[in-house]
Amino acid sequence: MTRKLLDGVPRRGVVALATVLAVLLAAPLFANDYLLTVLILILYFAYAGQAWNVMFGFAGQLSLGHALFVGLGAYVSAALYVHFGVAPWIGLGAAIAIAAACGASIGFLAFRFGVAGVYFAILTIACAEFARIGFDHWSWLGGSAGFFLPVANYARNDLWNLRGSPAMFYYVMLGLTVVALIACRVLSQSRVGYYWRAIREDEQAARTLGIDTFRYKMYAATISAGMTSVAGVFLAFYYNNLFPEQVFHILRSIELIVAPIIGGAGTLIGPIVGAVLLTGLAESLREALDLLGLDVPGAKQVFYGVCLLVVVTLVPGGVWPPLARALRLTTRHGS
Amino acid sequence: MPAEIYLNVAVGGLLTGLVYGLMALGLSVIFGVMRVVNFAHGEMMTIAMYLAIALFSALKLDPLVMIAPIAAVLFVLGYALQAGLINPFVNRPEHMQFILLLAVAIIIVNGLLIIFGPDARNVQTSYSFDSFAVGPLIIDATKLYAGGAAVAVAAALFMFFRHTRYGIAIRACADNYTGALVVGLDVKRLYALTFALGAACVGAAGSMLVLFIDVTPTLGPAYTLLAFVIVITGGLGSMAGALAGGVLIGMTEALAGLLFTPSAKSMFAFAILVLVLLFRPQGLLGKRLT
Amino acid sequence: MDPLLEVTDLSKRFGGLRAIQNVGFPVPAGAIFAVIGPNGAGKTTLFNLIAGSLRPDAGSIHFAGERIDGLAPDAVCRRGIGRTFQIVRPFPALTVEENVVIGALLHAHNVETARSAAGEVLRRLDLYEKRHQPASSLTLPDRKRLEVARALATRPKLLLLDETMAGLRPTETDRMVATLRELNRSGLTILLIEHVMRAVMALASHILVLHHGATIAQGSPREVVRDPAVLSSYLGAEAL
Repeated sequence: MTRKLLDGVPRRGVVALATVLAVLLAAPLFANDYLLTVLILILYFAYAGQAWNVMFGFAGQLSLGHALFVGLGAYVSAALYVHFGVAPWIGLGAAIAIAAACGASIGFLAFRFGVAGVYFAILTIACAEFARIGFDHWSWLGGSAGFFLPVANYARNDLWNLRGSPAMFYYVMLGLTVVALIACRVLSQSRVGYYWRAIREDEQAARTLGIDTFRYKMYAATISAGMTSVAGVFLAFYYNNLFPEQVFHILRSIELIVAPIIGGAGTLIGPIVGAVLLTGLAESLREALDLLGLDVPGAKQVFYGVCLLVVVTLVPGGVWPPLARALRLTTRHGS
Repeated sequence: MPAEIYLNVAVGGLLTGLVYGLMALGLSVIFGVMRVVNFAHGEMMTIAMYLAIALFSALKLDPLVMIAPIAAVLFVLGYALQAGLINPFVNRPEHMQFILLLAVAIIIVNGLLIIFGPDARNVQTSYSFDSFAVGPLIIDATKLYAGGAAVAVAAALFMFFRHTRYGIAIRACADNYTGALVVGLDVKRLYALTFALGAACVGAAGSMLVLFIDVTPTLGPAYTLLAFVIVITGGLGSMAGALAGGVLIGMTEALAGLLFTPSAKSMFAFAILVLVLLFRPQGLLGKRLT
Repeated sequence: MDPLLEVTDLSKRFGGLRAIQNVGFPVPAGAIFAVIGPNGAGKTTLFNLIAGSLRPDAGSIHFAGERIDGLAPDAVCRRGIGRTFQIVRPFPALTVEENVVIGALLHAHNVETARSAAGEVLRRLDLYEKRHQPASSLTLPDRKRLEVARALATRPKLLLLDETMAGLRPTETDRMVATLRELNRSGLTILLIEHVMRAVMALASHILVLHHGATIAQGSPREVVRDPAVLSSYLGAEAL
């Protein structure tokens, strides 16, 4: 099976991947806590970016409301844990199910009624906003005052309940990212992946080849939503507090998409490269500002905006494709 | 609750809605002519709002008086933005435009955050608490002036498109891009002009809204969304539709705020949006898109 | 024997414009059936009606005995009708091979099988050497061949070709004609829209002439080309 997964990947690519993986696995041994939190952030955005990418990079549907699925995952798993004592790994199932159902509903409404392009993006924004306001008024989940998970002792690692040291969270996030990468690779090489690319390129032409575009767009919406909600579960248990104002905010949705777009939507490694670049550079920016004694909230986001601007005007396909070509790491089939 | 309260709130909503309509008008013009999705629309308005606030707190200049200058500033800003950045994107895929303007929006929102900080600001003029009594109605002076100004600006814009050479040329571009090129119209300049006009609308609207809304930098995205909801509801490409949509949303918001909790009022705007997108995507007054 | 495709009394209007008026014709299995006529005659509309992109206002379309008018385009393809477009639309960012694999996936169980089926089709259409090139980098004649290959990969019984010869030089036209003839010989029924009379006369066993959405002549090439109505409205006396 590994051979099939790596089919078409040049040898240097395999070596590069293996090296990166090895380094990442060993990271907690020599990284301090701060570096670990940065790495966790990178992995989080890499994972969430992959999940979002399924809908946009693969199937061509631009969603600007993905924070909705993160939020759903976060709140469902958190509520089950706090109110019913359900462990997050089990709550995960419920979170995925609910988020996937939500994604499917939005997809159904949009695709059935021909809502596409701009209109689709606006629809997704509206849905996320709807959730934000709705959850603000939902007292069982804390409402606008917030929902809190009991912060446990960081010295003991409780993997089952996701309570523990940063290193534990790091490995969880690393595991998730690797699984996501493998899953996306499998999808990309399957019939579903091919059909998604056809739909992304030219939906009308795809239909004349016998593709039931509605069904495949629904798959993309559902899978993307489900995958994204897992990031939400992680979020809830890592930060231990949830505020609708933050979790569902449109700026969160935008944050999610910056990395994959900068890295290269539609490719597998793009979102990861994007997350590394973005978070790495942003943190360096913060460090630099700290050194100068400046506290500038919003500077990081301005930086994101500028990056997006630069990428979209100069390298619209993302930073990874030309980089991969330069390093001669492209696969035979082009991803 | 006595009927007067509903009426007052509705009228207030109507007047606010006219200002919303003006804001959305700018978006409708930009999208109707250039087919560019201006995702930075609300953010441009926040620039105008902060400008108004700054002018008021520094020089005590009344925002209503400053409508024209502020609109002019936004006009120049819009022109520069379009000519400098957006123009190459007019023929690129939609999502690229979206992302470009999203980037601009992010920069604006956070730029304002850095400059002005996150605290809410507002403008309190001498007539901020005045109101007029018309029969059973009590109408806020600020809203009345703002609503009136919005109608005036919209009318001016309408005249422009109907009766001036540039206005007609722009409409030609909107109707038929290639045809316009063939006839020798400088489409690039006309596009820049259009975007500038859209920005000016939004600038004027912002100057008016400052009178009765507390301003924070993060207001931008909320208003961008609102502008889209209005334009989609009223009908893309229809100027009257933008105003009608604005009034509809303004009144819905106001009444929803009264009947339910104020913070839930935008939920109704979204509900309307979803219904329109599903069942009448061309909006109330728009033309059917093929 | 029953015709493979039977169009009966088909009509379609767009607002006040009657794009297709009471058009009917049988396409026998194994034929190469050409639809010709001046621009605006309704030829592409006819194709869109058959392929499912448009719904007729009146009349019916039967394919292999089944009624197919009103079906969605993907359903029509699954029944066995493939089509190409007047302005070619291969998937630009995908390679030649990927384009055809997507077509082949209709009948293949997995990507591997699809890839070998695609390879065969590519060889038939002389594109195998270029299979790893992105579709957007191909020349126009190759892009047209790619579109044909892609449609062919769905294993259609009937192939609708919309002005495949447009923009091709005479040598390229001849090459395409040879390819189509070979495909037809192996059992594919072809319905084509064409302006290039050289290709029509070389290929067609039946011709339908449309003008203003209505049939003005149909029959064998010899009959049609001599029909006075056809000569005056479309061909002109010196056309041949």
